[in-house]
Amino acid sequence: MSNAIELKNISVSIEDRVILDNISFGLNEGGIACLLGPSGCGKTTLLRCIAGFQYQQQGEVWIKGVRASNPVHYLPVEQRQIGMVFQDYALFPHLNVADNIIFGLKKLDKQRTKQRLDELIELFSLAEHVNKYPHRLSGGQQQRVALARAMASRPGVLLMDEPFASLDIELREQIAREVHQILKQDGITTIMVSHNQLEAFAIADVIGVMNEGKLLQWDNAFNLYHEPESSEVADFIGEGVFIPGKVINEKKVQTEIGNITGQSPHGFQPGSKVNVLIRPDDILHDDDSSMTACVRDKAFRGAEFLYTLELESGLRLLSLVPSHHNHPVNEPIGIKLEIDHLVIFPA
Amino acid sequence: MLVTRSTQAIPLNLNHKAFSFLSSKWNITLIFISFLFCIPLLIIFGSLFFPAKEIWLHLIDTVLIDYISNSFALSIGVGCLSLVLGIIPAWLVTMYRFPMSRFLEWALLLPMAMPAYIIAYSYTGLLEFAGPLQTFLREITGWQYHDYWFPEIRSLGGAIIMLSLVLYPYVYLLARAAFIEQSICVLEVSRTLGCNTITAFRRVALPLARPAIIVGLSLVIMETLADYGTVQYFGVSTFTTGIFRTWFGLGNSLAAAQLSALLLVFVAIFLYMEKRSRKQARFHHTSSRYSSLLQHRLSRKKGLLAFTFCSSPLIFGFLVPVYFLTNWAFETYSHVIDKNFYQLLINSLLLASIASLLALLIALFMAYSNRNSNSPLNHFMVRLVSLGYAIPGTVIAVGVLIPFAWFDNTLDTFLTRQFNISSGLLISGTVFTLVFAYLVRFLAVSINTVEAGLIKIKPVMDEVAKTTGMTSGKIIGRIHIPMMRGSLLTALLLVFVDVMKELPATLILRPFNFNTLAVRAYELANEERLADAAVPALAIVIAGIIPVIMISNSISKSRPGHE
Repeated sequence: MSNAIELKNISVSIEDRVILDNISFGLNEGGIACLLGPSGCGKTTLLRCIAGFQYQQQGEVWIKGVRASNPVHYLPVEQRQIGMVFQDYALFPHLNVADNIIFGLKKLDKQRTKQRLDELIELFSLAEHVNKYPHRLSGGQQQRVALARAMASRPGVLLMDEPFASLDIELREQIAREVHQILKQDGITTIMVSHNQLEAFAIADVIGVMNEGKLLQWDNAFNLYHEPESSEVADFIGEGVFIPGKVINEKKVQTEIGNITGQSPHGFQPGSKVNVLIRPDDILHDDDSSMTACVRDKAFRGAEFLYTLELESGLRLLSLVPSHHNHPVNEPIGIKLEIDHLVIFPA
Repeated sequence: MLVTRSTQAIPLNLNHKAFSFLSSKWNITLIFISFLFCIPLLIIFGSLFFPAKEIWLHLIDTVLIDYISNSFALSIGVGCLSLVLGIIPAWLVTMYRFPMSRFLEWALLLPMAMPAYIIAYSYTGLLEFAGPLQTFLREITGWQYHDYWFPEIRSLGGAIIMLSLVLYPYVYLLARAAFIEQSICVLEVSRTLGCNTITAFRRVALPLARPAIIVGLSLVIMETLADYGTVQYFGVSTFTTGIFRTWFGLGNSLAAAQLSALLLVFVAIFLYMEKRSRKQARFHHTSSRYSSLLQHRLSRKKGLLAFTFCSSPLIFGFLVPVYFLTNWAFETYSHVIDKNFYQLLINSLLLASIASLLALLIALFMAYSNRNSNSPLNHFMVRLVSLGYAIPGTVIAVGVLIPFAWFDNTLDTFLTRQFNISSGLLISGTVFTLVFAYLVRFLAVSINTVEAGLIKIKPVMDEVAKTTGMTSGKIIGRIHIPMMRGSLLTALLLVFVDVMKELPATLILRPFNFNTLAVRAYELANEERLADAAVPALAIVIAGIIPVIMISNSISKSRPGHE
């Protein structure tokens, strides 16, 4: 199957600073991808490269089997058949909701424009706001209008730059789910940019983790969390700590908290020194366990506590514990290991 | 003991406002002062209650149609030309890179430094029969007088071009600010929706900037209606020259006041347009985020075209007149700069200093009393006083002269009858009258500037300062003055330069035998001694450059999305 979007070795430098470093990936038709990374990692620049607002010094962008750009040839933004949702939505303040949505539909006749408008109004539940101007809409409504506008002309690819960042935190997850549903329903190939992993997990089929201009890993959420390919990815996705260990055999590693066995070979030589990733859900609270650790800090998260635990050696671990186990700071509690995915990196 | 006393000294302040001591008795002072500056306006409109049917019949028969049609044609012409000269360069320098675009970005403001009557003198000198251009043409072609047609600069069309060349920066300034403030995202999103750069301009950027452009256009037309020097020199009969002629030619002050009232009705239309659009402009921003402008580099050919278009207002509105003025100044300075010239310079500088200082003090007082009171009457009075900038200098002169002359005459009659002493003309025809008229016209400039500075000092800052135990005096000294210093200086300079340039009010109200640079330039030009007028004219232009530099600095600093 050919990819709806294909990036080949994209590099961008701005004033001698490398912003993007040799980035390649492909996204299949109807897929939803999220570029995830801390601010300044280059994810927005990459999105703007695909849109055509940024030129690259190296590499090619292919959209729907058409070469959109290489360092010499460059298809103008308006000819790329993309839709884009900006972080602050950038609705046209001088047009009402309906006119905002049909802005890009100039080529259709009146009747078909009206038909498409009605579809989108229905899809995004905007019926009561059609004649309102943007400044009278709430953040969530503006977001829906921006999305409807971007989708109106059925673009080949939809690009979204931090689409949920301007929303209230309570609204984010709900709207992200709604958007996910709509995108899947219409089968729209989408690339979005986010710095929030929960948002990315909620909406994307595939996530590209970026840092300092590099694409570190291109994978689904489950694999990123449980099988990160680098310590940077492990560090960025989810919570956890690294503890030192020594390889015993092809599947087993010895650590201070016991021997850990993975399900598949890890590929390190026996005897080599490694760091083992321990997630908070790998450490269970068990009053009967012989191994104990002292509570050094705790954060209440509703259903769970995130405890920071300290072993006698001074080694610190994180543990997620159901919140009815309320232990005061400095109290020793029993813990046990339950590790399904052994993740190790060279020390 | 000392500690308790000092804590007691801070008044218990339930409405949490510093300087509440200002509020009660100062309100009355504020209203009194505001009223004083509204007198000219009241006189002008009050004149409508005294019918002067005969003179009006005479005016209608003879010149009124001319006044109206010329003023109308002038406004339309200057408005349209200013839009073209303002909007297109504003868009080009904001969105594109082409030769010298960075320089043009601020240099396009320079014609603002040039008063319209001075550019009119320069071009007359340049284009008249004996001027350098026609002489040159005759020399290379061998033509004689009457052999060829040459456009007459001293005409309605000429006046439109002259005024447009120096007034377009209002449109340019506001359009450019609007283009810069438009979240670039809005323009980018229109590209993703199929607009190319030209349709994005037409369908998004221009409609969004429209309120700001209308503000600029209204200012241009108000200045056009206020112009006296250019139309008088070009012999185009408009309201301002008509008012002047009715007063001094026909000696009819009542009719002059009533003509002024009619002119003010026209001005009011544009004033309303301006105020309304300013409000709309606030609506037209949905975005608070800005990504930096990616300026598109134009190709060689297009870049050259853009450069030619953008540089021509600068060349014709500033460089050409300054070049010829400088040439003439070099020819004539030896006999123009004498003892009398220094007197002129001192008079101008002194007048401008006094007026700008007074304007600043009054503006400070008004802004502070307004800040600390919730009285709608105060707000209204301050707004009313700041309408003065819309009133043409000629009209203000009429509105000032009538009550002052009445006051002088009444006093004189009274004193003569009671004590047999004649007071003569006590205030009219003095520098006092002149400064008062300047204040009426230019208080708005300093009030707006001071208020803009004061608004940055949030009441909560006063409250924070109070919690640290600062007294009101200390709050002013350590918070307000440092934060406002820039605004105060700006207010001072803007009024200073405006007074230096002001012509019609000065011409009418100046004391006998008292001259300024502007009036001297006017007199020399009217005596057809254009070359001699160059030195005073150039002095005014140089002063006028100061605020242009300040404005261009402040906008480049306030540019969102740019460090």
